[in-house]
Amino acid sequence: MKLPRRRLVALAAVAAVPRAFATPAEVDGLIRTLVGESPLKDGLVHLDLPVLVENGNAVAMRVSVTDPPSPVESIHVFAEGNPLPVVAVFRFGPRSGVPAVSTRIRLATSQTVIAIARLRDGTCWRDSAEPLVTLAACIE
Amino acid sequence: MVRVLINVPKQVFRSIPFEVKVLISHPMESGQRRDQVGQAIPRDIINHFVCTLDGETVLDADFFPAISANPFLAFSVVAEKSGILALTFVDDQGVTQTETVAVNVA
Repeated sequence: MKLPRRRLVALAAVAAVPRAFATPAEVDGLIRTLVGESPLKDGLVHLDLPVLVENGNAVAMRVSVTDPPSPVESIHVFAEGNPLPVVAVFRFGPRSGVPAVSTRIRLATSQTVIAIARLRDGTCWRDSAEPLVTLAACIE
Repeated sequence: MVRVLINVPKQVFRSIPFEVKVLISHPMESGQRRDQVGQAIPRDIINHFVCTLDGETVLDADFFPAISANPFLAFSVVAEKSGILALTFVDDQGVTQTETVAVNVA
């Protein structure tokens, strides 16, 4: 007798929490406004994420640009399946050495993570990774 | 006020990039979680980070809730002479905290 009621309570709790996630279309729009008219090509920028993520609360991420033809202005990271599509924005100044940043991020689910690098000459470069997340962040 | 650990090599060389590692003790509450009574826990994150060397920008970063709790950051700096590396954090309450560390160029 107790089980259906308990299940109903659990269901109501799930329904009460609106779980809005970002969509690939939303990320596409963000990238388009970021890139604008300039060409967007694959390559140059590298997004390093583990293939299999055991804990989505802290995923080691490294973004870097190898041998850029002109100085790197900024690197933007987007996650298509997180509640908020933007992960981080890194802008490099004149005292920056190698254009690379390591940090730890949260991933809500298995998804495509995209890094966009914008160079001083206006060109934009793209890389993506598809980590498999076993324990999702943002839930507990 | 948050606790910050900054790691800079003891000695660096002119024009050769070196890595700076930063570990910030901060919950980075995403604003997505709820407490036991179902009330949303308000967002509380460090949303802006700036690193400068003698006033010249090294890295200027915007953080979003997708940055893990106790954020770790490693990035590269290039110095021409000894100076002061200043790291500034801004959180959601608008509180700004600056930590400084000396850079000794050989």
